[in-house]
Amino acid sequence: MIELDNLSIRSGPFTLSGVNLRVADGEYAVLMGGTGQGKTTILEAICGLRSVTSGRVILGGIDMTHVKPANRGVGYVPQDLGLFPTMTVRGHLEFALRVRRTAAAAISARVSELAGLLGIEHLLERHIRHLSGGEAQRVALGRALSFRPRVLLLDEPLNALDEATRDRLCQLLSEVQKQSGVTTLHITHSRAEARQVADKLVVLTAGRLAERSLADLDHTPHEPGPMPTSPIVESRPLASGSQTR
Amino acid sequence: MSDPPATSIAAPVERITAHAAPHRAGSDLPFYAVMGSLGGSYILLIVALLAADLIYTSPQHFIDALSKPEIQYAIRLTLITCSISALLSIWVATPLGYLLSRFTFRGRWLVDTILDIPVVLPPLVIGLSLLILFHLPIGGTNLEEWLQQRIGIRITYAQPAVVLAQFAVACAFAVQTMRVTFDQIDARPEIVALTLGCRRSQAFLEIALPQAWRGIVAATTIAWARSLGEFGPILVFAGATRMRTEVLSTTVFLELSVGQLEAAVAVSLLMVAAAMAVLGIVRLLGAKVSR
Repeated sequence: MIELDNLSIRSGPFTLSGVNLRVADGEYAVLMGGTGQGKTTILEAICGLRSVTSGRVILGGIDMTHVKPANRGVGYVPQDLGLFPTMTVRGHLEFALRVRRTAAAAISARVSELAGLLGIEHLLERHIRHLSGGEAQRVALGRALSFRPRVLLLDEPLNALDEATRDRLCQLLSEVQKQSGVTTLHITHSRAEARQVADKLVVLTAGRLAERSLADLDHTPHEPGPMPTSPIVESRPLASGSQTR
Repeated sequence: MSDPPATSIAAPVERITAHAAPHRAGSDLPFYAVMGSLGGSYILLIVALLAADLIYTSPQHFIDALSKPEIQYAIRLTLITCSISALLSIWVATPLGYLLSRFTFRGRWLVDTILDIPVVLPPLVIGLSLLILFHLPIGGTNLEEWLQQRIGIRITYAQPAVVLAQFAVACAFAVQTMRVTFDQIDARPEIVALTLGCRRSQAFLEIALPQAWRGIVAATTIAWARSLGEFGPILVFAGATRMRTEVLSTTVFLELSVGQLEAAVAVSLLMVAAAMAVLGIVRLLGAKVSR
């Protein structure tokens, strides 16, 4: 479960205040909103990569607000994927398990399992420089899932892909999420992408998070306007002049 | 409020839609001629300097110079001290360059300024400052005496002083190179590594450092070349004693001081060849990095 309780984040001149969110265990939530609204900032705060000025980040029922990123158990796929330039695909899938000092046999079994799930068995010894966009996305997803995280955070992971690849990967994301049962929060600008994967839709606009019905997706503007706040995902207005980006 | 007159709108539209008069750009030749001759004059000066040295000397001068035991000693000491200084420089410059590239902290401007001091200060002043540092009276003793009594190592006017004088200047250049190296390496993979369970040290050692190897080689080479060229701080802090603290840069000075111009020129050309070799390595690595 992901729970943000009255979260305030400051990043240079940019501030988000009173952010509340609840994504249930095993749920696939999609976060949409205009550019520069702070979607990535929220994701980074959940990861522990951005310090929180007030409020709480609760993951799997545990308060993680002041826990190091390494100990949060969050699988993170950033916009640019952040693949390791000197490693092979196998190196990526092994990495998180290796730093956890997992036994070699268990690492090998997990890598085979993930490679099979993501359809990248034939790429395991390949260097990441020689991967296509879609292959690189699969590797980044595999790396994030390798240590069986309690939460998966995806920041516009399918942005730079053609439509056919994007559709295939959406299907894959959906299948992987259902199989692993990992609670997922996925940022996207694409309504089609959201429609394919989301159990729940959350929209960030003018510093306010609001849950919207998936049935409303067709009517959801690319940068949606203010919507009524639901009791589940509640957002409070920004402090005066707090969103200054 | 009244509408603006129609002519005030029509006039700009006409100016925008009207075709420009035919235009023929002139030749670029004068541009290349001026830029080439201005830049080329400096290259010509360097080539002329080297050519003059080469014309002045002869293979026999080289043989004579290289057969002198003092110069053989100086070559050996130069190779040893430059290598030690370069290794010490990279040992310090890698963590320092990484910290300066990745983190912002209060008082960073002061650290940046301090690191620029060895670059901008006359090398002679570095040597003088080292000499003062080791002989400044502190509690009835000084650093030089303290080190001699406690560890039994003599620094001033001894071989360690050569290394320290070279390191004091060369390290600043290595830090600059390593900082630029880490600036060019994307920090995102290290951040992702932290979310995967890494400590900062693991992210540095497993993600950043393997990407920085070309920068490390370049910084080591630059530090080695700077050490080779150091003269002022070595002269002041280590002295120029034959068969003791004499390195190639001081050999040139010593040979000149006894009127052996041919030997001085031969040793100078030897240093030019060594410098060109190491700088060639840096260029080669730079070209590979940019590819």
